[in-house]
Amino acid sequence: MIKSLIYSLTFHSVMILLTILSLPFMLREPIDLPPIVSVELIQISDKTNIPFAPKARKIIEENKKKEEERLVSEQAPPSAKAKEKPDRIPLPNDKKEEKKIVKKKQNPEEVKPEIRQSSEFEKKKIVDTNQIAALIDKAKEEKAVKQKNKAKITQSSQKNSFATGLTLSEEDALRAQIFGCWSVPLGLPYDENLLVRIKLNLKKDGTIMKSEILDHQRMNRPGQKFYKVLAESALRAVRLCQPLKVPPTGYDKWKEIQLNFNPTEMLRG
Amino acid sequence: MKKLFIIFLLNIFYINESFALIEVDITRGNLDPLPIAVSPLHVDVKSENFNDVKVKNLGNNISEIIENNFRATGLFNPLKKESFVQKPDIAHLKPRFEDWRLIKAQALVTGKILIKEGKLKIEFRLWDLAAAKEMTALAFTTTPSNWRRVAHIISDKIYERLTGEEGYFDTRIIYVAESGLKSQRVKKLAIMDQDGANTKYLTLGNELVLTPRFNPTNQMVTYMSYFRNMPRVYLLDIETGTQEIVGNFPGMTFAPRFSPDGKKIVMSFAKDGNSDIYTMDIETRVVERISDHSSIDTSPSFSPDGKFITFNSDRSGLQQIYVMKSDGSEVKRITFGNGIYGTPVWSPRGDLIAFTKMRKGRFYIGVMRTDGTGERLLTENYYQEAPSWSPNGRVIVFYRETKAGLKGEGFSAKLWSIDITGYNERELKTETDASDPSWSSLLTK
Repeated sequence: MIKSLIYSLTFHSVMILLTILSLPFMLREPIDLPPIVSVELIQISDKTNIPFAPKARKIIEENKKKEEERLVSEQAPPSAKAKEKPDRIPLPNDKKEEKKIVKKKQNPEEVKPEIRQSSEFEKKKIVDTNQIAALIDKAKEEKAVKQKNKAKITQSSQKNSFATGLTLSEEDALRAQIFGCWSVPLGLPYDENLLVRIKLNLKKDGTIMKSEILDHQRMNRPGQKFYKVLAESALRAVRLCQPLKVPPTGYDKWKEIQLNFNPTEMLRG
Repeated sequence: MKKLFIIFLLNIFYINESFALIEVDITRGNLDPLPIAVSPLHVDVKSENFNDVKVKNLGNNISEIIENNFRATGLFNPLKKESFVQKPDIAHLKPRFEDWRLIKAQALVTGKILIKEGKLKIEFRLWDLAAAKEMTALAFTTTPSNWRRVAHIISDKIYERLTGEEGYFDTRIIYVAESGLKSQRVKKLAIMDQDGANTKYLTLGNELVLTPRFNPTNQMVTYMSYFRNMPRVYLLDIETGTQEIVGNFPGMTFAPRFSPDGKKIVMSFAKDGNSDIYTMDIETRVVERISDHSSIDTSPSFSPDGKFITFNSDRSGLQQIYVMKSDGSEVKRITFGNGIYGTPVWSPRGDLIAFTKMRKGRFYIGVMRTDGTGERLLTENYYQEAPSWSPNGRVIVFYRETKAGLKGEGFSAKLWSIDITGYNERELKTETDASDPSWSSLLTK
């Protein structure tokens, strides 16, 4: 009887010991998973040349520093960003920029819509896409660094990569819109160069102020009736599509835009 | 010097900045048919009654023909007339573009009809509604009974203006009209407008006729007929009705076709179980042997430049398609796929060859490049063959037979057309059963 009692006691004490030892593990806080980042799959084009790694690292580090600084600035009263128009080009003169800040403070009601919409959670994640664009495109590194410097002084909230044109998703949105409007004339020969380039002058709402076919002389040349038909269909598409889906900001960058219509791939089927 | 250098540098900088124009490549579009509004043609009040022609109805009739032509292409979507807001007479002068854009039309056709000195004058305008401008405007004067053809010509002009390629509406199709039981078929040569109107029979049906083909000017037809049980190639003048045997061959001649210049007829001549390809000059009657092989060579068809001939031959065992120079040299086999290939026809554009393919008891109509690559089978069925190209090389017409019962019940033969993209397969309405179609070139160039 005593024997079995001893057995039971030792067994139970071992069990208790094990439980005590293992319990802290169970009490551990769940792993802090980073928020899900949505990734857009894009086609690798000639614009996506990966730069040298050391340079890229440098920029990332600089970017991090800047981010910290910016987080502070983002929490500051919106007055700092007042009056700043979305399409305004950042001025190069430092002194002028400082003056502007003072002016902005006088006008605290006006808040840039972009900022108004972003939540605190989003703000934490704000990354200067200029920098990312610079990582992708070596050629834009210098430009981006310059802009970063400006941003430090002006506390600029210019987040999109308008310095490099439209972002990929904006470009895709515009492209998808025109795909829907463009009725491709199917009788065109697929083995001819039929690239039609149209330059558009846009208003801020995306409507067309002026449209111009860049090679319009070709339209009236003899033997170019296919080109004429294609150019007309492209113009029709653009007109039908308006207002074009343009970004709400960065008007100066996209007020002039060139669309290259090339149906060759499609006609080859 | 320094200044110059600085200016030079500044210039480079400036140029770089000025080239920062955003470019977006558009490489795809939609393939939906283009919405087009065909307003009824306005009839001049003074011209409403003219002898026995009901001019008053012509406005509607012509617009309907144009609409039907467009609908049949599969490339256009003619909008319903009930949705039209503007009246034809005002629309023809100056359309209210907003009204037409409202019904989602992208192009508008308006027109006017009047009788002047006993002649029918029809004018039309094509409007680009998105650009709010006129694209083309033409007027035709003709005898009033000719109004149907004017409707087709207008369709051609609009089609050409909107697609960049020639139309095919002012054309005819010659075919073999069939009637009677399957075992006792009566076959006549028949000719009709491409939309099925104005059918005329060219032979009485006493002899069996097969494979009629137009010459480039559409005035002559060559075909095969079993006159006195001897199958021979004939030549028929459509205007005068005169016919003659082509050449003095001591045997059976078949599968005739004109050369692109219309001066020669290429055909097969069979003797002692061997058939080869021959040409005959229509003027000089000089006969020339083109292919020389112990196999069955048949169904010859010239390339549009007249430099090559495609034909089918069983010289490799199974019937396959070959291409040779028009003098018979450099014979090249171009089909190597599974199955039997036949009836090759060179496209009027010169880029493709249409053919019939037989595989596992099914029949296909297809197209491929002239070197045999890029084979695309457009349609499959129980039995179909004899493709023929529309003059612009965009559409293929062929005939299709249905499966018959033991006593021949349920048998029918109909003409069908299909776009070379493989879309828009439709039956062509004919008065009787029909086979062996051949599309003419444009009647007015």
